[in-house]
Amino acid sequence: MSTLSVDHLLGISYLNKKDINIIFDTADHFKNVINRPIKKVPSLRDITIANLFFENSTRTKLSFELAEKRLSADIVNFSASQSSVKKGETLIDTVNNILSMKVDMIVIRHPKPGAADFLHQHVNATIVNAGDGSHEHPTQALLDSYSIREKLGCINGKKVVIVGDILHSRVALSNIYALKLLGAQVMVCGPKSLIPKYISELGVLVEKDLIKALNWCDVANMLRVQNERMEIGYFPSIREYSQQYGLTKSILDSLNKEIIVMHPGPINRGVEISSEIADSDSAIILDQVENGVAIRMAVIYLLASKIKS
Amino acid sequence: MSQKVLLNNIEVNITLHRLACQLIEKHVDFSNTILVGLQPRGKYLASRLEKLLTEDYKIDNVQVGFLDITFYRDDFRRSDKVLKPSSNKMDFIVEGKKVVFIDDVLFTGRSIRAALTAIQSYGRPKSIELLILIDRRFSRHLPIQPDYRGRQVDAIENEKVVVNWKENNSEDGVYLIKHKS
Repeated sequence: MSTLSVDHLLGISYLNKKDINIIFDTADHFKNVINRPIKKVPSLRDITIANLFFENSTRTKLSFELAEKRLSADIVNFSASQSSVKKGETLIDTVNNILSMKVDMIVIRHPKPGAADFLHQHVNATIVNAGDGSHEHPTQALLDSYSIREKLGCINGKKVVIVGDILHSRVALSNIYALKLLGAQVMVCGPKSLIPKYISELGVLVEKDLIKALNWCDVANMLRVQNERMEIGYFPSIREYSQQYGLTKSILDSLNKEIIVMHPGPINRGVEISSEIADSDSAIILDQVENGVAIRMAVIYLLASKIKS
Repeated sequence: MSQKVLLNNIEVNITLHRLACQLIEKHVDFSNTILVGLQPRGKYLASRLEKLLTEDYKIDNVQVGFLDITFYRDDFRRSDKVLKPSSNKMDFIVEGKKVVFIDDVLFTGRSIRAALTAIQSYGRPKSIELLILIDRRFSRHLPIQPDYRGRQVDAIENEKVVVNWKENNSEDGVYLIKHKS
């Protein structure tokens, strides 16, 4: 096994196909580890990781924390709401103060696109992007592709539709990069106001009609409508959005094939996906969460192996 | 580079039979024993011993697992190479069992130290023994010695012991390879 071509995980656009396959192969081994009676390995016992969350997060934060703990790293957690950021401290000052405490790796979630890249240019530590505004969310895309590979055997040639708020979604952008690298055909589907104007430049198909998109695909990744990033109204009402783009059991039953349903969470039940679908066998939402820990262990392990002792 | 044969095809076969008999002497029916091949190289020896015990010595239910120790090694970030994990096949709990670690060459003892930690993920064994095909004397970094050994050799630092198995090298044989310094 060779090593990753990058020293930081800033986004999928910085990776190549070989990197993704190295991460997947390593994640296979960690998935085995987290299913043992004792789910912990001592590999990173001399590494300290700071989780800097400048934006709210439940599963990503927990998943990173669990991955780090299962690799035996020491961790410190920071959330912006309880910190000196409120007193006016800049991002670089905050991070450099944390680094003075001898931290080797930073996992950062930030509401501004490019925050992780900016940090890697100014501080001397390994950076892992856990979501930067509407730019990228690389570990989510990796675990989504990994879950598809696990379910369908491979990704090359498979058809994946990403449904919903593409405009504000970092999950969509990272997923498009990852799926295209791995040879999938990608389609985006949603109201015109939530599809970026030049998205087809990325080599993806655009479809307004949910039924047509679902009939085309093998996998449907249903995104959440990101109300918190919408400064104006992009569609008349949640009810209307749900009627046109919400996935229900009757829609799924009307298709002449079985598809896999994914969701990066948190789910707005009854908006982009009905409760019946979310809890059905077609949905692999909880597999995605389990795979998230294995993928993050693999990313952290591979990046940590590049930190000189 | 010079090469010396330590064990040829026939000698490997005789040694494997002796090791199998020594295991039977100690573990009798293997009802409470688990053989654990240490990945990547120990799995060949473990599988070979399993075959001998089952087919030649008619012992039923020999349990064999393959343990990957990569994530338990103590040289993470200390070498230029990324440590490559191998597959792990441990479909049982070792709680209260008599475990026999199996590896082809015992050198510094660090892999065995890692294996002693790794096996704890599967429970607390009653005892752990070590079976080795080639024991490189005078090269240990840790106080670890084998319970069963095929052959002991004195090899110096720039010599390498290479074990070939029919399964992947088309012949059974053990060689001492000396690199000119």
